[in-house]
Amino acid sequence: MTRYLLLAALAVVALIAPFFVYPILLMTILCFMVFASSFNLLLGYAGLLCFGHAMFFGTGAYIGGWLMKEGGLSIELAFLVTALSMAVLGWLVGLISARRGGIQFAMITLAISQFIYFLLLRAPFTHGEDGLQRIPRSDLFGVVDVSSNLSLYYLVLAISVAAIWFFYRIVHSPFGEVLRAIRDNEGRVESLGFVPERFKIVALTLSAGLAGLAGAMKASVFQIATLHDLSFHVSGTIIFMALLGGLGTLAGPIVGAALIVLLTDHLAQFGEWALIIQGSVFLAVILFFRKGLVGELQAFVKRRTARA
Amino acid sequence: MFDHISIQLLLGQLLIGLINGSFYAMLSLGLAIIFGLIHVVNFAHGAQYMLGAFVALLLLNHLGIPYWGALFIAPVVVGAIGYAMERTILKPLRNLDHLYSLLATFAAVLIIEGLMRLEFGSTGLPYASPLPGGINLGFMFLPWYRGWVVVFSLVVCIATWLLIEKTKLGSYLRAANERPEIVESFGINVPLMMSLTYAFGVGLAGLGGVLAAPIYQVSPSMGSNLMIVIFAVVVIGGMGSILGAILTGYLIGIVEGLTKVFYPEASNLAIFVIMIIALILRPNGLFSSPESSR
Repeated sequence: MTRYLLLAALAVVALIAPFFVYPILLMTILCFMVFASSFNLLLGYAGLLCFGHAMFFGTGAYIGGWLMKEGGLSIELAFLVTALSMAVLGWLVGLISARRGGIQFAMITLAISQFIYFLLLRAPFTHGEDGLQRIPRSDLFGVVDVSSNLSLYYLVLAISVAAIWFFYRIVHSPFGEVLRAIRDNEGRVESLGFVPERFKIVALTLSAGLAGLAGAMKASVFQIATLHDLSFHVSGTIIFMALLGGLGTLAGPIVGAALIVLLTDHLAQFGEWALIIQGSVFLAVILFFRKGLVGELQAFVKRRTARA
Repeated sequence: MFDHISIQLLLGQLLIGLINGSFYAMLSLGLAIIFGLIHVVNFAHGAQYMLGAFVALLLLNHLGIPYWGALFIAPVVVGAIGYAMERTILKPLRNLDHLYSLLATFAAVLIIEGLMRLEFGSTGLPYASPLPGGINLGFMFLPWYRGWVVVFSLVVCIATWLLIEKTKLGSYLRAANERPEIVESFGINVPLMMSLTYAFGVGLAGLGGVLAAPIYQVSPSMGSNLMIVIFAVVVIGGMGSILGAILTGYLIGIVEGLTKVFYPEASNLAIFVIMIIALILRPNGLFSSPESSR
């Protein structure tokens, strides 16, 4: 019961928020919530550390932006095509990297993301260092105008909720159970007749699709796609978001994304100190609160109820 | 088809490739030692290389200690920083998934680079070459210093490989990696040895930084781009394979140089293309033996 009340309260807050907070900031938070959830699917549920996850986000921003600007697609089609094409990229990356687990997967995905970075730096349609500018906010279904910040906010909100619901369905499906089993004991899963590699590739495909969707949404929000979205810095930030909130929990990375976006917004004025503070908090989380905020909270509630 | 490519250009780029390869080899060697012996993926390796270059610069500017002194002092200083890092942030994570130590060193990079930028700014600082001048080889001009870098790093790589593979100390290290409890029962302080191994690998990164200071500009971000290339080198060579890291380092440097001659647009991409091909054809690394694959 409390759960539904909480969800209802969240829904009300989300619906009235743009009248009190700058919609662009809210939409940034939503994009990173979807992005962080996609990362959570890999590290939190399948135990795969993708150290170059920004490649799907950044490339998604370019593809979504290009489809709206040069391709003349309506916004929902641009998002859909972006998500599908990034899923294909994720599948290809999975084919190359999923055979090697753990730490090597991290290093390989990092290197592949750098490869994509240089590839897009060279590609003519990205406009190199300038980025893809003046991306239009195409009409929804070709008829509904979403060019204002407020109307776009409701679209982004709806898509983000749908994406997170999709994520929730994945991790609570039998497929999600197998992923968790692979994370906890890969050898055992293999001995039961599953092929872990295949599950990892599918997880990477789904996760890349979600990350690409988040990138396309960001391109429509800021109306620009740049190489920064692909950079290693963004890959690091997303790891930080997921870890701070709590890996392997549904709400953790979502909370982490909101906190970090707000924190970055506030710290922007401090220049170099922003990175130093971010690094220090990151280090403290790794050393002392590996469960993250939501994970520690859940553990605390569990202890309380166990005692009562 | 390649008529327009002169022999000068080819040999010149080969030399640049060999010099870059020397740095790749030295850095991936340190990374491979740290990973192979204590199972830490040291993401801070590039930052520690950068610290080596800065220590050399500060020694010269503030204490008047020249390059040749820095060559000995800086690796020790950077190694000591590495020792402190191992004790404070890596030791508590030793029994956890390796991912945490990777992330901890990554967080350390954010802090170290941020602090360095705060203190020294982002622009590159020059470091005068200790060996000015050079020799005309007929087909090209070879600066003395670059020749020195190639020779010296080769000596360091071979010496380190011999140390790990052929000496008693090296066999203790490898044994402690396989069966720590048995080595401990011989009265060897394994945790201390692990900390010192990390410090040694980090010291190698610092030494690379000193070598790099007169060639590249000394700047807080000089290590971060190199880091990803080094990761790819270690993946290609086979994780934890010391000889594989050295050979792949030189190989990649030279291939990169050749790409600059024949297809300059792809020179940044070459290494990653090689990595992807190597992963498809030899998933355990070019130089790994079957039992060392994990």
